[in-house]
Amino acid sequence: MKGNVTTTPSRLAWGRLSKEAAVDSFRKLTLRHQLRNPVMFVVYVGAWLVLALFVRDLVSGSGGQSSFTGSVDAWLWFTLLFANFSESLAEGQGKAQAASLRQARHEVSAKRLQQAARNSPFEVVAGAALRSGDYVLVEAGDIMPSDGEAVIGVAAVDESAITGESAPVIREGGGDRSAVTGGTQVLSDWLIVRITAAAGDTFLDRMIKMVEGASRRKTPNEIALGILLVVLTLVFLVVTITLFPFSWYGVHYAAHNGRVVGITVLVALLVCLIPTTIGALLPAIGIAGIMRLLRANVVATSGRAIEAAGDVDVLFLDKTGTITYGNRQAAAFYAAEGVPLPRLVACARHASLADGTPEGKSIVALAETQYGMQGLGQQEAGTLIPFSADTRMSGVDVAGRRIRKGAPDAIRAWISNLGGDWPAGLGEVIEQIASGGATPLVVCEDEDVLGLVELKDIVKGGIKERFAALRKMGIRTVMVTGDNPLTARAIATEAGVDDFLAEAKPEAKLARIQEYHSRGHMVAMTGDGTNDAPALAQADVALCMASGTQAAREAANMVDLDSNPTKLLEIVGIGKQLLMTRGSLTTFSVANDVAKYFAIIPAAFVGTYPALAALNVMDLSSPRHAILAAVIFNAVVIPLLIPLALRGVRYKAASAKELLRRNIWIYGVGGIVAPFVGIKLIDLLLTSM
Amino acid sequence: MTASAVWQIVLTLLVAGGLSIPLGHYIARVFCNQKTFLDPILDPVDALIYRLIGRDATGQAMNWRGYAASMLWTNVLMGLVIYVLLSAQGHLPLNPLHFAGLNPFLAFNTAASFITNTNWQNYAGESTLSLFSQMAAITFPMFTSAATGFVVAIAFFRALSANTSQGANLGNFYRDFVRVLTRLLLPVCLVVTPILVWQGSPDTLTGMVVAHGLQGGVQHIPLGPVADLEAIKHLGTNGGGFYNANSAHPFENPTPLSNLIETLLMMVTPMALVVTFGRMVENARLARVMYGVMALMLVTALFIAVGAEQAGTPLLTHAGIMQAPGHGQMGGNMVGKEVRFGITQSAIFDTVSTAFTTGTVNSMLDSYTPMGGMVSLVQMMLNCVFGGKGVGVLNFLMYGIFAVFIAGLMVGRTPEFLGKKIEKREIVLASLALLVHPIIILIPTAWSLLAPYGVSSLGNSGSHGLSEVLYAFTSAAANNGSAFAGLNGNTPWYNVTLGLVILFGRYASIIFMLALGGSLAAKPAVSETVGTLKTDTMLFGGFWLATIVVVGALTFFPVLVLGPIAEVFALYAHHATAGGLR
Repeated sequence: MKGNVTTTPSRLAWGRLSKEAAVDSFRKLTLRHQLRNPVMFVVYVGAWLVLALFVRDLVSGSGGQSSFTGSVDAWLWFTLLFANFSESLAEGQGKAQAASLRQARHEVSAKRLQQAARNSPFEVVAGAALRSGDYVLVEAGDIMPSDGEAVIGVAAVDESAITGESAPVIREGGGDRSAVTGGTQVLSDWLIVRITAAAGDTFLDRMIKMVEGASRRKTPNEIALGILLVVLTLVFLVVTITLFPFSWYGVHYAAHNGRVVGITVLVALLVCLIPTTIGALLPAIGIAGIMRLLRANVVATSGRAIEAAGDVDVLFLDKTGTITYGNRQAAAFYAAEGVPLPRLVACARHASLADGTPEGKSIVALAETQYGMQGLGQQEAGTLIPFSADTRMSGVDVAGRRIRKGAPDAIRAWISNLGGDWPAGLGEVIEQIASGGATPLVVCEDEDVLGLVELKDIVKGGIKERFAALRKMGIRTVMVTGDNPLTARAIATEAGVDDFLAEAKPEAKLARIQEYHSRGHMVAMTGDGTNDAPALAQADVALCMASGTQAAREAANMVDLDSNPTKLLEIVGIGKQLLMTRGSLTTFSVANDVAKYFAIIPAAFVGTYPALAALNVMDLSSPRHAILAAVIFNAVVIPLLIPLALRGVRYKAASAKELLRRNIWIYGVGGIVAPFVGIKLIDLLLTSM
Repeated sequence: MTASAVWQIVLTLLVAGGLSIPLGHYIARVFCNQKTFLDPILDPVDALIYRLIGRDATGQAMNWRGYAASMLWTNVLMGLVIYVLLSAQGHLPLNPLHFAGLNPFLAFNTAASFITNTNWQNYAGESTLSLFSQMAAITFPMFTSAATGFVVAIAFFRALSANTSQGANLGNFYRDFVRVLTRLLLPVCLVVTPILVWQGSPDTLTGMVVAHGLQGGVQHIPLGPVADLEAIKHLGTNGGGFYNANSAHPFENPTPLSNLIETLLMMVTPMALVVTFGRMVENARLARVMYGVMALMLVTALFIAVGAEQAGTPLLTHAGIMQAPGHGQMGGNMVGKEVRFGITQSAIFDTVSTAFTTGTVNSMLDSYTPMGGMVSLVQMMLNCVFGGKGVGVLNFLMYGIFAVFIAGLMVGRTPEFLGKKIEKREIVLASLALLVHPIIILIPTAWSLLAPYGVSSLGNSGSHGLSEVLYAFTSAAANNGSAFAGLNGNTPWYNVTLGLVILFGRYASIIFMLALGGSLAAKPAVSETVGTLKTDTMLFGGFWLATIVVVGALTFFPVLVLGPIAEVFALYAHHATAGGLR
C-alpha cells in the first residue's frame, strides 16, 4: 500500500484546503507580507492610493466618478487576494502533509545506554534530551527516538510513517543498512543505535520544515527571475508616472481638450502592465515543485537541488535495480551433444527445486513455463546440497543420483574427479554466452555433463525507451556496474545506455563524475552505501535511497523514500517542469501587456485626442469599461492559472527546440491573443449588466 | 511606393550587406592578432605608437575592470581637452572668422556629445566654431569615440568567446584602441575623403569665400576642412555636421553619389561587427540569426519611412493637390527635403542614420510625416537596429540575455548563452543596462514638458511639440545625435540635461555590459546537448525580436501615443494639428 503521507489531496481535502487558503489570503494583506513580493507590493500601494481617492470622491459627492474608482479599487484588492490565495493554497498542501508527518513525531522516551553494548545498563530519558553521539537501545515495540546509525543488532523496522511503505525493512548494525530514522518503529528484535541528530533536527523534522516552507529559501533561478520582474516593474513605474506630465502637456499645451489622466487610471495601467500574473504565482510555483517531488516520495534538502535536476545532462545509474532487475535469471537451456534437451531441463529444474535463491527460482520458472515441465511437484525433492564458496556449486542428491549445477570450471573439476568427460563443443557455447554478457551455468548428473543454463541480467521492460526519451532531451546515461567490461558492454548495449563504467569502484565513480564536470556537464547519481558518499557529495543531484547509510544520506541532496533508483528519471522531469512553468508563465504575463495597452491607452487619452479612438481595436464600449475590463482580466487570470501553477506546465521528454516552439506558441502567442478575447468578453459582460 | 524606391532600398542593403561580410572577417582578424594585408605597412606604425604610450600600458592583459577604467580615463581626458579647446577657441590659431569661445553650458554639451559618439549639436558649426575647433574638437573625437565604441564591443566578444584559456582577459584597451584607428578608421577615411572632394566637398583651411551674385548680392560662404570630417562622420556613425544643415548642405553631401557613399559608410561597420562577433565567438550561425533579425527591423523601418514620405499627407490630397509620383513629379512629402536627393534617398538616408545611431540628416525630420518621423524615433528607442559603432550590437546582445533567460526557463534548464550560465549577476547587470534607457528618456522629457524653461524651447505646440522634446532626449540617450530640429536646444536647461543624458546613456550601459562580459568570461563553459536552448535558430531569432519589441518598444508606446501616433491618427482623421504640417 502506498502511504498516507504523500498522496494527492482528495476532492474533499481540496475543498477544505481552499477554504483555509481563502481565509489566509485576507490575513496576508499586511504590509509585512506584501513587502516580500515587490511586484505585488506595487499593487498593494496602488490599491491603498485608489482607496483614498475613492473615499475622497465619496466625501466630495462626485457619484459617477466614485463608482468607477470604487470598482477599480475593488478589483485591485481582488488581485492581491488572488495572489495571496495561490500562495496559501500551495502552502496549505504542504501544511497538510506536514501535519500527517508530525503525527509520527510524538514525544518518545529513549533508553540511553552508558556504552554501546547489549548488557550495558540504561536510563529512560525523554527523546528531546538526546544528544548526537548518545547510544540508545531500541527494542521491539519501541519508537526510534531520533535519527541514528545502528551499531549492533538486527531488527525489522516499520518505516511506513516516513515512506508510506507498509512492509517492514531490515536494519542492522554496520554495513549499508544501518541508517535509522526518528519516528519509525522497531517491530522485532533490538538495535543499539548511535544518535546522529539532536531532537528538532532529525530527518523527519527537516522534512516537515521543508514541506511547510519554513526553511524554503529562494532558489538561484527564482532569485534571478525575481530581479527581472522587479526591473520590469520599475520600467513600467517610470512609464506610468511620466505619463501624467505628458498628459498634462497634451491637455494644456497641445490639444486644449479633455482632462489630464487621473491617478486611478494610471494605477490601473501600472497594475495591468507590471508582471502581476507571474509575480503572484511565483511563490506557488516554487512550493508546488517541492510538493510534486514529495508526491514522488522524494525529499529534497533544498529547492536548489530541484532546479539542478532540470539542468542535469548526465545520469549515473546503478545497473542493478535501475537498469536490470536485481538478479540474474535463467534465460535459456543449451543441451550438450548427445543429451536430449528434456533431460537437461528436468535435471536443472530438479537441482533448483529446493534452491531458494532467485537464480534457482528462475531456473524452475523457466523450465516450467517455457519447457513444459510444470505440474511435476516436489515429491522427489531429495537432499539439498547448498551452494558453498568452497565447491562453488549446488545441487541435490536424490535416489543415488547426484545432480549439480555450478560455474564451468568448478563442474569441470568435479567431473574429472568422477572420471567423466568434458563434452566437446561446450567450451564454444560457454564463450558465446559469456561474450553476450550472460553467465553460463553447467548442469551435470553424476559424471555426465548435460548442458548449460544461461543466466542473464534481465533488462527492465521499457527502460530502453526511457533512455531514448532522455537522449532526446540531451541527457546522457552512464551505467555503473561492478561487472567486467565484457558483461557491462553487453548489458549497456541491450539497455541502450550511452556509456558505462565497468568494475566500478567508488574512486572510479568519483573520477568519472569529476571528468564530466570538467567538460561542463551536470551530473546526477543515485547511491546508498557509505562508499558512495564521496561521489554523492560530488554530484550535482545526489539521490540517496531511504535504505542508505547515514553517510550517504548526509552527502546526498535528495532522499528517495521508496528506495527506487529509477526515480532519478522522474526527478529530472520535475526539475525541468518547475523551470518551464516559471518561464512559460513569465512569457504569458509579459505578452499580456500588448492587449492591455490597447485597452487602456486609447481609453485614457481619447478625451484629449479623439482620433485615438482608432486604437480601440477591441471596440470596447466606453473608456471606463475598457479600463475596468483590463483590470478585471488582470485579476481573474491569476486564479484561472492557479491549477497550472500547482500542476506545472505539460511536460514531455523532447528536445529544447521542440519544447521552445511549443511553449512559445502556447504561452507567447497565446499570451498575446488571450487577453484580447478576455478583455472583450468582460467588456460585453459589463455592458450587459 | 514606387518600384524605383523599392530598388533603391534593396540595392543599398545588398551593397552594404555585401561589403559588411568581408569587412567583418577583416576586423576579426585584426583583433584576433591574425595576419592582414596591411600588416607590413602598419606594424611599424603601431609599434611606434605603443612605444609612445608605453610598453607597460599596451602589453598587459586586462579584466573587465581594467578595460572599463582605461576606457573611462581616456574618454574623460579627451573630454576635458575638448571642453578647454572649445572654451578657449578665441585664443587659439586657425580662427579666420574670429569666433569667440563657447559658453560653459554649450561647451559642456558639445564635449559630452562628441566624446560619446552622439554628435548632438546645439550650435551651428559654420557660425560658431573655428577651423581649429572643427578639426581638434570635432573631427578628432569623431575618430576616438567611434574607436571607443568599437573596442568595448570587441572586448565583450572576447569575453563571450569559447576560448576559456583567456579566462577573464578581455584584451588590452590601448592596443585595441590604436589598432581600430590605424587599421580601420584612418585607412578608410584616407580613401573616401578624396572621393568626396572629387564630388565637390571642400577640404581647405580657408575660412570663407565671398561670392558676388549676378544681381549684385554678396554671399559669404564659409569653408573649411569638410570632406575629411564627412568621411569619419559617417564611417564612425558620428553624425555631427560641419554646417548647421548637416548632410543636407551641398558642401557636406554634394551629389547623389556622395549621398550613397555616406549612406554605405554609416552601415558597413555596425553590420560588419555582427559578422566579427560570429567569428570571434566561433558561432557563425548565431551571427547570421542576429544579422537577420537586425536586418528585418531595418528593412521594415526603411519601407515604412519611405512609404510614409512617398504617400505624403492626406491634408494636401484633401486640398486637391496631386501627390502621386510621376509626370516629372517626385510626389509625396517633399517639405524639408533636398531636390537633389528626392524622397527616397532622403528617407533612406535618415532612416539609416537613426538606425545606425549616426544622427546625420540630409533632410529635416521635423517636416517628415508623423509616421516617417516616428520610424526614426522608434529606432533610437530600440537602439539596436544594428545600432551605433559597437554599442548597437551590445544593446542587441543585452536583449538577447533577457530572451535567453526566459526562453531558457521555458525549455526547463538554467538559461545559458554561448555555453555560459545566465544567473543572478548577469540578470542584474543586463537589467541595469536596460533600465537606464527609459529612465533617461522619459523622466527628462516629462520634466521639460512641465517646466516653463522646457516648453519655451518648443518650435511647435501640439502633440508635435511633445515629439520634439521626446526626440531630443531619445537621440541623446541613444547617443544618436539626430535632431528633429524645431527644438531650440541651446539653453542652459537643455544643454545641461541633454549633456548628462548623453553621458549616462553612453557610459552606464557600456560599463554594465563590460561587467556582464567579465562575469560571463569568468564562468566555466557548460557543455551543449540537444537539451540546451539553441540560440542560433530562426525560432529563437523570432523570440529575440519579440523580446526587443515587447520589452524595448512597448515601454515607449504610451508616450508615442501622445506624440507621433496622435499626430498620425489626427492627420488621417482630418484634424489639422498645429505642428503636423508647417
